[in-house]
Amino acid sequence: MTTKQLHIVLAEDDKDDRLFFENAFKGLKIENELTVCEDGLALMEFLRTVDELPHILFLDMHMPGKSGMECLKELRGNSRYTDMTIAIYTSLNTPTINTDTLSAGANIFIRKPNDPDVLKKILLEVIYINWQYITDGLCKENFMLSY
Amino acid sequence: MQEKIGALNVMYIINSSGSVHFPQGLSTQKLTELEADLDRYGIEIITDHKIILVQKIKNLITDMLKPDGSMPLVKISSYLADNLNESYRTLSQIFTEVCHISIESFIIFHKTEIVKQLLLNEGMTLTEISHLMQYSSVAHLSNQFKNSTGLNPSAFQKVASSKRKVINNLS
Repeated sequence: MTTKQLHIVLAEDDKDDRLFFENAFKGLKIENELTVCEDGLALMEFLRTVDELPHILFLDMHMPGKSGMECLKELRGNSRYTDMTIAIYTSLNTPTINTDTLSAGANIFIRKPNDPDVLKKILLEVIYINWQYITDGLCKENFMLSY
Repeated sequence: MQEKIGALNVMYIINSSGSVHFPQGLSTQKLTELEADLDRYGIEIITDHKIILVQKIKNLITDMLKPDGSMPLVKISSYLADNLNESYRTLSQIFTEVCHISIESFIIFHKTEIVKQLLLNEGMTLTEISHLMQYSSVAHLSNQFKNSTGLNPSAFQKVASSKRKVINNLS
C-alpha cells in the first residue's frame, strides 16, 4: 500500500458545472491533481497524449462535438484505458440509462440529484471507493456502481 | 543495503535522500524479512505505523471473510481488538483517517466484492452465497448488495455479462 497522488480528469462543457466539481474536489482528504477538459474532443486528445493516465475520469454524458457516451464507447474499445475508472453522469432520467452505461463499460453511473450537497457527497464517496480499488490493488472488472 | 533489498525480488528505487521507494508496494511479510535482515546491521526501517496497522486490520478482515466456510462467529470488532491489542475505538479512528472510509464500510465493501465473484465466476445462487457468507437471509444479502452497488444482484449479473462481451471485442 503506497500512498500516491490521485489524478482526476473531468470532461464537462458547462462552466458552472465545472466550477461545482472543482469546488467539490477541494473537500477531498486525498492529495489530488485535477485536469479539466472542456469537451469530449479535448478529453480524447488529452488522454491520447498524456504519459501517465489519470486514475479516474468524470464524464458528462451530453457534450457538443463528441458526447460522453461516444467517448465512453471509444475508451472502452481500447485496452490502453482498461485500468482507468470511468464515472459517467447525466441529469436525464430514463429507466435503463444506468444499466446501459454500465454495460458499455462505465464503472460508475450517477444520475445527478437536484440537491448539490447530495451530489457533492456522491462525488467524494465515488473517489474514496475508487481509492480502495487502487490501494488494495483490486480487479476493477467487477467495479460497478449506480447512483 | 542494495544487496539485501535486491534479494527481495521486488521493484525498488533508491532516492537521492537515501530513502527507498517500492513502486509496487511491499507485502508485510517481505517488510518483516527486510526488517530482520537490516536489524543485524543496526539499520532500522522507518515507516508509517498507522499505515502498517491499517494493513493488519485489512488482512484480518479479508482472512475472516474468505469464503471457505470457516468464518468465525465472533463479532469483527472484538476479533480485531483482541488480535491487535488495541481498543476498537482507536483502530476505527486510525482506519478512517488512513482509508477515508469506516471499518464497517470496508467490511461491507469487501463482502460485496466476494459476493460478486461468487455470482459471476463460481455461478453460485444467492441462496448458496447467503449460507456461505453467513448472511441471515437471502433478502438481507440482496438488500446489502443493492445498498452497496445501487443494483440488485440480477441486474448486476446482466450488466456484467454484456460488459464482458464489450471487453472480449477489445482492439
